[in-house]
Amino acid sequence: MTGPVTGATGEAARVTGKETIGPYTLLRVAAGTIEAGVPGQFFMLHPPGHVLPRPMSLCFAEAGELCFLIDPIGPGTRTLCDLSAGDALHVLGPLGNGFDLTVAHPLIVGGGIGVAPFPFVARALGGPPAILGFRSAHHAEAAALVPGAEVVLDPVLVTSLLPDDPMDVLACGPEPMLEAVRRRVPRAQLAWEAPMGCGYGACYGCVVEVDGRLQRLCVAGPVLRAA
Amino acid sequence: MLVNGSGCLDALAAPGVAAQLDAFVTKTITPEPREGSPPVRIAETEAGMLNSIGLQGPGIDAFLADTLPALAAQGLRIWVSVGGFSAPDYAGICERLDGRPEVEVIELNLSCPNVEEAPESSAQIVAACRSRTTRPLYAKLSPATSDIAESARAVVAAGADGLTLVNTLRGMALDPLTLRPKLARGFGGYSGPALRPIALACVSACARAVDVPIVGLGGVASGQHALELVAAGASVVSLGTVLFSDPSAPESIRRGLRHESTVRGYTDSLAARGVANSI
Ligand SMILES: Cc1cc2nc3c(=O)[nH]c(=O)nc-3n(C[C@H](O)[C@H](O)[C@H](O)COP(=O)(O)OP(=O)(O)OC[C@H]3O[C@@H](n4cnc5c(N)ncnc54)[C@H](O)[C@@H]3O)c2cc1C
Ligand SMILES: Cc1cc2nc3c(=O)[nH]c(=O)nc-3n(C[C@H](O)[C@H](O)[C@H](O)COP(=O)(O)O)c2cc1C
Ligand code: FES
Repeated sequence: MTGPVTGATGEAARVTGKETIGPYTLLRVAAGTIEAGVPGQFFMLHPPGHVLPRPMSLCFAEAGELCFLIDPIGPGTRTLCDLSAGDALHVLGPLGNGFDLTVAHPLIVGGGIGVAPFPFVARALGGPPAILGFRSAHHAEAAALVPGAEVVLDPVLVTSLLPDDPMDVLACGPEPMLEAVRRRVPRAQLAWEAPMGCGYGACYGCVVEVDGRLQRLCVAGPVLRAA
Repeated sequence: MLVNGSGCLDALAAPGVAAQLDAFVTKTITPEPREGSPPVRIAETEAGMLNSIGLQGPGIDAFLADTLPALAAQGLRIWVSVGGFSAPDYAGICERLDGRPEVEVIELNLSCPNVEEAPESSAQIVAACRSRTTRPLYAKLSPATSDIAESARAVVAAGADGLTLVNTLRGMALDPLTLRPKLARGFGGYSGPALRPIALACVSACARAVDVPIVGLGGVASGQHALELVAAGASVVSLGTVLFSDPSAPESIRRGLRHESTVRGYTDSLAARGVANSI
């Protein structure tokens, strides 16, 4: 690992290709010397022409490529989805704390674009059970990235499929979903989101309340587990 | 000389970034611990970013007990940014820093757009601090004033040894759908590319008005930008927002500054200091 941010590499990387998956774009980037890290860690992708980079989970890594699943919800994510093969973009990572995969009974729970880190998790764990919730069948096309996942569509909630016996839940998705999962499974590992300016603890822009204090999500998380 | 803008780097979280700088400027330290503003705290705009961090920090007691020794252990030259809500607040912190040899420079943040201002004028705050410390005192001024040269003369007359120009400008961004402010506190400090012409004008005006070292900052993202600030009168260049997208920026900007100086025939970038002001 090289570069000034501990544990991460910053590099001008080339886009190698992209695919459309439902409403999302799977962006493929040449990894160069950047390492994939631990599932649930994130990378800062700098959309060309923008002032700030954007945090993205690694969806999976294969054959010298880092792959990111991106939901175009605003100016930065739209610029990223509009990139083409051959374009350059600055990538910094891996950053933050990922999922603890040394668990006995893993269960993936994802909602919407929160599916993004789970293909990497599923590969690392050899295909654990997974429950994924989406807004529509179009969005649910992304479930194909997690083979064998059970899929529910709105208005059915992912929490309605949670088994009664305790599982080691790894969850990522919209805040209300994460809160609902936490109520059912207090020990769940939850991957949270916050707008981030830097991703490496410099700006204090990404704070969330952890244990009653405002803490930087990029340093303390993004994966947090209730004490 | 290259430093970071106060609040734009945590040397303890990213020692490798701080190590590229000639000195590390701390986030503004306040008398008491502060939780800071609620999230959302940052938003990108077309030509910059807004922040309302609200001076989150440990307060001076924990800073002296924990943060300062940890920074010194990294072998950094340390400049401490000081804030407060009254002249006695600022002066009290300066007095306590005065006893700490690790502190090379004290920068007075007289212009945070995210918290209430002290009732006293900048010159009164500088005078209060001057009586409590012999350390070099830099006054960090807001660009939101009709005559920054006048502010510069006043703080230098009150005892400031140098100036830091500029802090952010107050700005606002709205969610395009809901038309509500993106930041939880409504307003924030505007930094980045849009600030650069403003910083150049402020540095130039102050360099003509007073003869003290000037730390120039605002939107610097390349060696060319750094050299332009020197040409306007800066003797130190400071990097803020650029660090968020490029933690290697100090190295590349230092290289760029050397290159841009050399191609213009300057043996040292400081040889270009003030050339923009001889009109
Ligand atoms: C650790 C982490 C990993 C992420 N991984 C992915 C990923 O794999 N794929 C993906 O598509 N997105 C991911 N995101 C979210 C992504 O970073 C944001 O959607 C993106 O920054 C929005 O930028 P924009 O300019 O397109 O939109 P903006 O104009 O910035 O935002 C559009 C809307 O989204 C809200 N918003 C902005 N940023 C965030 C955020 N970080 N969290 C919640 N709401 C936000 C804004 O308030 C606004 O309403 C991740 C976020 C984090 C913190
Ligand atoms: C996230 C953020 C936090 C900041 N916090 C402080 C602070 O605590 N004290 C201070 O004097 N200036 C603070 N500033 C202002 C910067 O030090 C600098 O003056 C300003 O950002 C302009 O430089 P830039 O355009 O290179 O960022 C902050 C700026 C940003 C973006
Ligand atoms: S994103 Fe900058 S401190 Fe977390």
